[in-house]
Amino acid sequence: MSDGSKPGDRLADRGNRTVLALEVENIVKRFADDSEPVPLWQRLLGRRPRQVAAVRGVSFQVPEGEIFGILGPNGSGKSTLIRVIATLLLPDEGTVRIFGHDVVRERTAVRQLINRVSVEAAFFKKLSAMENLMYAARLYGLPVKEATARAGAILDRLGLPRKKRVIPLEELSRGQQQKVAIARALMTNPRLLLLDEPTTGLDPKSKREVQDFILEAQREHGATVILTSHDMEEAERLCQRVAFMDEGRFVALGTPGELKAQFGAHPEQSLEAVFLACTGKGLGEEAGPDRVLEEVSA
Amino acid sequence: MLMQELRRSALASYGVAERSFRLVKRYLGWEVVWLVYSAVSTLTIGLIGVSASRAGGGEAAAGQNLTLYLVIGALLWNYLSVLFQEVSNAVAWERWEGTIEYTFMAPIHRLVYLAGNSLFGLGYALLRTILIFGIAALWFDMDLSRANWGAALLVLVSSSLSFMGLGLVAAVLPLLSPEKGPQATYIIQGLLLLVAGVYYPVDVLPEWLQPIAAINPATHTLDGIRAALMEGAGVAEVMPWVLKLLLTGVLLVPLGLWVFQVGEQYAMRTGRLKRNG
Repeated sequence: MSDGSKPGDRLADRGNRTVLALEVENIVKRFADDSEPVPLWQRLLGRRPRQVAAVRGVSFQVPEGEIFGILGPNGSGKSTLIRVIATLLLPDEGTVRIFGHDVVRERTAVRQLINRVSVEAAFFKKLSAMENLMYAARLYGLPVKEATARAGAILDRLGLPRKKRVIPLEELSRGQQQKVAIARALMTNPRLLLLDEPTTGLDPKSKREVQDFILEAQREHGATVILTSHDMEEAERLCQRVAFMDEGRFVALGTPGELKAQFGAHPEQSLEAVFLACTGKGLGEEAGPDRVLEEVSA
Repeated sequence: MLMQELRRSALASYGVAERSFRLVKRYLGWEVVWLVYSAVSTLTIGLIGVSASRAGGGEAAAGQNLTLYLVIGALLWNYLSVLFQEVSNAVAWERWEGTIEYTFMAPIHRLVYLAGNSLFGLGYALLRTILIFGIAALWFDMDLSRANWGAALLVLVSSSLSFMGLGLVAAVLPLLSPEKGPQATYIIQGLLLLVAGVYYPVDVLPEWLQPIAAINPATHTLDGIRAALMEGAGVAEVMPWVLKLLLTGVLLVPLGLWVFQVGEQYAMRTGRLKRNG
């Protein structure tokens, strides 16, 4: 933050007029257990596949303008939760509202308010950055000229050379592709931006540039950001509040300072140590299905 | 407000079609391969007609008719299969590129997205068929002096609606099963054309298949276009086929959309759009 302020200062200024960008109430999401497929003939006899829960009763609220982090190891349920918020998965239980709109019943209204950057760059790789951006502009009903000018300004800010914008995306580095993904998401001026591990796999310089840009976008456009990550340093730098997610549940939620105090960590210690104290696990551990997924029915 | 929304939807559909044309340009090498393959396939089928008429020692006119009959079948096979594939493979393509979640998150009605794919499929199939027809017309001595092109085009355009509807039904398969779905769409396409009398009259089919041929839009398309190109049938004469095709299309497009939406809900419930983490 160039002015030395934290995103939360903006929220504090609003006093009692806090607008809720995101309300998540008791979300549960289960999937069939692919490790034990049920043969077709058994299904016809009524045997259902074993269900496993990827998200187990998660509730939280995020006021407008906040950068909220969801931290946890791979397989903890972060991406499933983001997909439910992004209208890509139907929850089995619970509700999600974005600026008051229900993600199941008012899907189109919600989709006009959100955009998402996923861990993998979801592009037509044979098309150029500008062609992909033009496609996105058409889908979001933006005038192509205006949208490409806006995206161009974002790409200028992110330092993507102009000559790289007209060659197939498959010829760009992962960091460059991720910058295009961020430009595509911000081009539509979303009120809620979902960033699903946006810096995973980036080199330190690109990671820093993307993080700076997230802060800048939040400061200038006032967008609310939900960020999933297993990079605790990144979370501490960007987020006002963070939730630790483990085995499909939120096991702790608060500001980085609060979490450190709660788990007896020194203020200079990293959130990684706090996560370890909270869950007994390191963030680098891949959650195995026996640990992460609760068997809910047989 | 409504006009604004319609304009926005039309532009979004155009955007989907425009993206597909851009992808065709990027895969130009493969496009040339498929064009050559389809052209050669059409020529070999036409040549069967030439050799059969020579072997039979019949009149030249009968030989020309047989060749034209087979070439129309081959061209229609090409047109309908390309159209069907482009519509039904829309989801498979997005899965392959990894863009399905981004596209499905866009604030547009699914019909708008599917209409864009259909629009592209129609234009692309038409263009390819015209090119192959041009090659066949140069190669074979076909009597097209009586052909009624307007009536043939009317039948072709009317048939497109039905094939878009069938394509929408088939498009749900890759949504439900990323691996087996695209395979199943090829089987459906093959069966549709087998039971359409593509190179033969449908009465040579086994009796149990003939009722299916009677409701198959490909059968009416082939009959209508052959009547227009080989017998010079006018618009009034091809109207029974056109009406059947439009009726089938009016039923199949909403059915296809409904099936697709049910499939999408299922995919969103079971995590088949994509799932990790």
